[in-house]
Amino acid sequence: MTVLVLLDHEAGAIRQASRSAVTAALALGDVHALVTGDAAVAAAAARIPGIAQVLRATDAGSAHDLAEPLAALVASLAGEYSHIVAASGATAKNVLPRAAALLDVQPIPDVVSVVDAETFVRPIYAGSALATVRSSDAKKVLTVRASNFDPAPAEGGSAAVRDVTAPEAPAVSEFVSIERSKSERPELDSARVIVSGGRGMQNEENFKRLEPLADRLGAAIGASRAAVDAGFVPNDYQVGQTGKIVAPELYIAVGISGAIQHLAGMKDSKVIVAINKDPEAPIFQVADYGLVGDLFEVLPQLEAALDKAG
Amino acid sequence: MKVLVPVKRVIDFNIKPRVKADGTGVETAGVKMSMNPFDEIAVEEAVRLKEKGIATEIVAVSIGVQQAQDTLRTALAMGADRAILVLTDVAVEPLGVAKVLKALVAKESPDLVILGKQAIDDDMNATGQMLAGLLGWAQGTFASKVEIADGRAVVTREIDGGLETVSLALPAIVTADLRLNEPRYASLPNIMKARKKPMETVAPGDLGVDVTPRLTIVSVAEPPARKAGVKVESAADLVARLRNEAKVI
Repeated sequence: MTVLVLLDHEAGAIRQASRSAVTAALALGDVHALVTGDAAVAAAAARIPGIAQVLRATDAGSAHDLAEPLAALVASLAGEYSHIVAASGATAKNVLPRAAALLDVQPIPDVVSVVDAETFVRPIYAGSALATVRSSDAKKVLTVRASNFDPAPAEGGSAAVRDVTAPEAPAVSEFVSIERSKSERPELDSARVIVSGGRGMQNEENFKRLEPLADRLGAAIGASRAAVDAGFVPNDYQVGQTGKIVAPELYIAVGISGAIQHLAGMKDSKVIVAINKDPEAPIFQVADYGLVGDLFEVLPQLEAALDKAG
Repeated sequence: MKVLVPVKRVIDFNIKPRVKADGTGVETAGVKMSMNPFDEIAVEEAVRLKEKGIATEIVAVSIGVQQAQDTLRTALAMGADRAILVLTDVAVEPLGVAKVLKALVAKESPDLVILGKQAIDDDMNATGQMLAGLLGWAQGTFASKVEIADGRAVVTREIDGGLETVSLALPAIVTADLRLNEPRYASLPNIMKARKKPMETVAPGDLGVDVTPRLTIVSVAEPPARKAGVKVESAADLVARLRNEAKVI
């Protein structure tokens, strides 16, 4: 069996989440990778150990990861593959279901465990239950939760690269613009430590008071849906059922009550710390360490304690 | 411009789902059901397009059991003009739903289909993309802003790392993200009026669609529970435990 993995890239590098998808794919068979972007991205893909061949999409539509040409490309390449796999993320969620429809396949999103070539475990109801499903489709199209698979190394391989292009089709969509949230911090989906804020941060200005702690720990900053909806931070900070699913070594939830939709996005973290003034907040039911107190008093104390500990 | 809005009946988002003792699924008997929250946002967006004079007719569709009528009545009370219930006892997967919707699109010829980006029961996040694929239409998924002008839909999308804007030729598919709008509550007079709005019932077979699932549910289980840990007394205590006990800093 040979598996096609759609890799996502950022700033010339293959995203760590995609390298986790490579690990999941290697459990199913030989792995070929499909990348968009320039030659440097294809070269980066070729260096991932375990990838036997890299297919590089060179058409303009695929360059912006537009769903219509990219899904058509994936479907046109599908013939020789038993599985098509990608890390769960905005690009894969946009493209793979469309490609699956073109192949008359029911996709299997957010796989957390591969049982065998046709059986997979995935969370439903915001992670309140785990469903084991078996697919009767001839090909399987799946996305995998990166946090459940160790990323393949970035270096060590030397796969051949060949160019591919999407089938000719009328362009029904056009890329207009992209507005990237600027951040010098690690990405949420690959950070070792995450500091997240919720409604308790009160406003955009106060939310920034998480920054010294995040700086001190080299952490990414996340947020609950409440904090995003209230406009404290941009949408891509959101951790939860409909935002990012993360599983860092350390997750520090500050002023987050712990709605089930938020817990769905972070409960697989290795160590969870909750800081909240409400001792009854549901976040404490999943936290390894809980600190009841006013976060505006606790945050400076925490920074001081970290400085003191060196 | 005609707008089609599919809506799904799901366990109310405030209810914690319980896994059935026999591990075959999640208990829905006697549980409060509501319209999928993302679908409410989709209905709201369609109603706003009508209020702006862009949409002329809104058709709500639901695929499911008889009680899905209640979900359609909610859509009608919010401002949809008429409803179609595709009656089936099968738990139809996104592929089957997309096929049913494709058949309805052929009958109704809408210029825009607005769907919720995902249903909060199966969390698939697939139907809109699949319908777009089957129709060969453009898709604007995870939309936080939609503008219709000059035969195109300009859609701002929530993606990893920011916001992307795409311009779509109509007819097109849009899937609604959380921040597209805040859905209204239906007023009592509108709930009364909704009772008189037309609702048609069809079967998937009438549309020539096979909705047999492709995925077999082998089992459904509770995830391993996470135990509550300890309460610490101070920031200094917390730092000491993270360093010496958990060894994560």
